[in-house]
Amino acid sequence: MTTADIFFYLFAFLTLLCGLLVVANPLSRNPVTSAMFLVLTIVSMAGLFVQLHAFFLASVQIVVYAGAVMVLFLFVIMLLNVREEERRRVKVLSAGLGIVSVGAIALIAVKAVFEAHPSSGLETPVLEGTTVNLGRLLFTQYLLPFELVSLVLLVAMIGVILLSKKDLR
Amino acid sequence: MIHVGLEHYLTVSILLFCLGLLGTITRRSLLVIYMSLELMLNAANLALVSFSRFNKSLDGQVMVFFIVTVAAAEVAVGLALIVALYRKRQTAHVEDLTTMKL
Repeated sequence: MTTADIFFYLFAFLTLLCGLLVVANPLSRNPVTSAMFLVLTIVSMAGLFVQLHAFFLASVQIVVYAGAVMVLFLFVIMLLNVREEERRRVKVLSAGLGIVSVGAIALIAVKAVFEAHPSSGLETPVLEGTTVNLGRLLFTQYLLPFELVSLVLLVAMIGVILLSKKDLR
Repeated sequence: MIHVGLEHYLTVSILLFCLGLLGTITRRSLLVIYMSLELMLNAANLALVSFSRFNKSLDGQVMVFFIVTVAAAEVAVGLALIVALYRKRQTAHVEDLTTMKL
């Protein structure tokens, strides 16, 4: 077992543990706690991205998700009433049924992945200078999608401004 | 212990996706449901990055780049919708939101 493997298991464990605590935290049902654990999930996932040599995406993950998106989330949670959730009871039947069905889906998918042996013909490759190549790819082959995504951002911006107008019909 | 390969990353991705799915169908607070959706998007990102790494192609990473951008836009619009809904109905709880008409 190499150091990379140890780091993989560490970050995978952290990602899954914090992901579980986002969804089902036994100690607290406050959305703020969920948001904090989502930040931890995202940061440990950035660790997994570093393991996969996607350095640029790891930094984007931290800056955009853990930075911008989660601040937006916390801002809205503070704006709304967060005490609401804690007063409601958990429905045991629906939670149990959800766990059973989702667990079945997870079992089938994991079994399918392990029986397919997806990495049998692949050796661990060495991608050098991925950020440079990623930038080159973005501005040559994927130039049109790149420009269209800016349009998506513009539409989202206009939509948010319209939605937050006072007299929403 | 076997060497970490593509299937290990895919397993983490699947499990994370299923956690997000579980949160989406069992939690009752709109905000937590929204966070679970983010979890599912992140799981898809992890799968794409690991495919990109093990197939020696950067296309998957470009895809993730676009997904992150669209997810940021989606969060902004979705949270604006939740705030607008809260202003109208004073709740962000799915059990209180059972009618289509505001």
